[in-house]
Amino acid sequence: MSAPSLLRPRINQLRALAIGVVLGLSLPAYAADLPEVQRLVKQGKHQQALEAVDAYLSSRPKDAQGRFLKGLIYTEMNKPAEAIGVFTKLTQDYPELPEPYNNLAVLYAQQKQYDKARTALEMAIRTHPSYAIAYENLGDVYAKLASQAYDKALQLDNSNAATQNKLALIRDLITTGSTGSPAKPAGKAGGKQQASAAVVSATPGAAARNVESKPVATPPAAIAAPAAPAVAAAAVAAPASAAPAPAASAFSDPVADELSATVAAWADAWSRKDMAAYLGAYAPDFQTPKGISREEWQQEREQRIAGRAGAISVRIEAAQIAVNGDEATVRFRQHYKAPGLTNTASKTLVFARVGGKWLIREEISR
Amino acid sequence: MAAARRLLLRPLAACLLAVGLAGGAFAQNAARQPATLSDSAPEAQLNRIFEEIEANRLGEALQLTEGLLRQHPNYRLAHLIKGDLLLARARPIQSFGAVNGAPADKIADLRAEAFVRLKGYREKPPTDYVPRYLLQMQPDQKHAIVVDTQRSRLYLYENDVANGGRPRFVADYYITQGKLGAEKLAEGDKKTPVGVYHVTANLPRQKLTDLYGNGAFPINYPNEWDRRQGRGGSGIWLHGTPSDTFARPPRASDGCVVLTNQDLDAVAKNLQVGLTPVIISNSVEWLSLDDWHKERDELNQTIEAWRSDWESLDTERYLKHYSRRFKTGNAGFEQFAAQKRQVNAGKEWVKVRVDNLSVFRNPGNEEVVVVTFEQDYRSNNLNNQMKKRQYWLREDGKWKIIYEGSA
Repeated sequence: MSAPSLLRPRINQLRALAIGVVLGLSLPAYAADLPEVQRLVKQGKHQQALEAVDAYLSSRPKDAQGRFLKGLIYTEMNKPAEAIGVFTKLTQDYPELPEPYNNLAVLYAQQKQYDKARTALEMAIRTHPSYAIAYENLGDVYAKLASQAYDKALQLDNSNAATQNKLALIRDLITTGSTGSPAKPAGKAGGKQQASAAVVSATPGAAARNVESKPVATPPAAIAAPAAPAVAAAAVAAPASAAPAPAASAFSDPVADELSATVAAWADAWSRKDMAAYLGAYAPDFQTPKGISREEWQQEREQRIAGRAGAISVRIEAAQIAVNGDEATVRFRQHYKAPGLTNTASKTLVFARVGGKWLIREEISR
Repeated sequence: MAAARRLLLRPLAACLLAVGLAGGAFAQNAARQPATLSDSAPEAQLNRIFEEIEANRLGEALQLTEGLLRQHPNYRLAHLIKGDLLLARARPIQSFGAVNGAPADKIADLRAEAFVRLKGYREKPPTDYVPRYLLQMQPDQKHAIVVDTQRSRLYLYENDVANGGRPRFVADYYITQGKLGAEKLAEGDKKTPVGVYHVTANLPRQKLTDLYGNGAFPINYPNEWDRRQGRGGSGIWLHGTPSDTFARPPRASDGCVVLTNQDLDAVAKNLQVGLTPVIISNSVEWLSLDDWHKERDELNQTIEAWRSDWESLDTERYLKHYSRRFKTGNAGFEQFAAQKRQVNAGKEWVKVRVDNLSVFRNPGNEEVVVVTFEQDYRSNNLNNQMKKRQYWLREDGKWKIIYEGSA
């Protein structure tokens, strides 16, 4: 009954959400309508998608999946007021679903209403304490709110700062036990729990990779307190060694897997102090920091990596991948550990596909 | 990981608090101090916030901080703490004011404010100690103000006339001093003067620009002693805070003593123009009541001896109360002595009354006291009433008058 699905990667730009959405609904009858709507969305035919979803909803106005999709379509059509209306109504009718809260938060954050975004995300986490995307989004919203507080504290004028929010929209309504039969919305606590548990087990590939191969993601241990820091259970940050499990292949994006593997290999080369492999990960036109020459930069890296005494460990967590043709952006949390220096930072690698290989063109630390 | 991230904030709090508690000259007495701070002062709330941070209860700390901000929406320090508490949820933070690319001076200002506020809250002056400067208030001076620039605190004392005029602690407040500290010497040096002053006027908000907030109370800097020391500058006021901010950093003014608007309003109720003493010190010295009585009695006796020696018409004995460095107007000691000998020669009798006496010790290394009184002089051929001010200096263990003039 439950929809096997995959937590979608967090994607930098809302407009770049072009990766296919897989909604493995298996209900016969009217369920077939929704994949059609999904297909239209994917093709960018938003108006048609909207008409299709309205037609779908006309006979089942309470259907959560359909309404959720409608909210997404409005979002894609850049109609935030309508989208907020749809998602708000969903949170009222199905307060146990985290996804509408999350997407509401994304929309609020786009309008820089971070307090509202925070409340919505805290609600999402209250209903589903292990909801990874909501945690990550909440982390970003906290950072935004922090930045606003700092502006007020320090009388900084950041009103024109170009930092667009990077919250991830959730594409699939995965916590519903059914596809929205109005008679039984996933309102009962028991059913909800089951459904959410089913989601985890329905993604064996991602889950197994996370748990077994490397401590990529921290298990959401501190879920009791809504105040817990963002606990990221990344779905896509697969280390190189993990071959995609067959069960997961249906849900995986091969390009995303390639990129995950590339980032993992890069971190691995860094950890092993394999300078050839490490430097080989960078494109010929890599933008060196502060505009220093490539040679200077390489020397500096040699010194800091090969020249450093003791073991280095570089661990990647919570990778978000956005692909646009032969360009891709991977954003993640980087845990760096070396004797005397431990550091966790957000990092963004901008890749370009050169001769079938993804190479780093830009490396941005925050 | 959650635990580790949260822990990261602890050293920050610990570091903040450690500074707050270091050098607790009278910290051990704090427990005995009744709570006299007004409820709206943020110190108690800041203290609780840092206690929560220390105890690793960041959620509670954030709630308290948001509560504080509802009370004082323009409180920059609270915004900074809120920023840290929120950022700590998003990523580990390493320092107080963890914002990237923040102007270091502004962070340092807010950190300094947090230090002095917490310190001020945790180290109250003990009840059985009084500031050394307030040796004797005149009966109509209802209150006195003592400012400690290093602690960024203003202490309000009441003249407890029923208790023999001993100073009774009323409340204390956070203040801002000059950008470059205290001991003003010259115009434009951005320093706050150190000395014994009094309020000379009350300038209401309507007459002022927003910079001065709810009002201003000029003081008489430079006083007679400052002029004698060649100190310059003018326009030293107690005043409030502009409307866009709740509080200013500990060192931010051009020399004025700045309070938050609500604190200024609270203090203003107790100020008497022309009367209320404002004594500004780098670091207030505190005396036990026994020692305070001793110093006060000694000076009262000294002043009484000066008065009765004047009446005795034994000019040389009278002149022994004056320093060789004495000056009044343009006259030095010799001229003054000659004039006194000449005047006294024409007297058959002299009666001197000293009323409404105040005795304030001047802060600083030199032992100087400022004595002000109403002098009623009567003699066989001349009567004169005046308000007189004297500066007494302890030379070789003896109090001598070094300046005298009308007040």
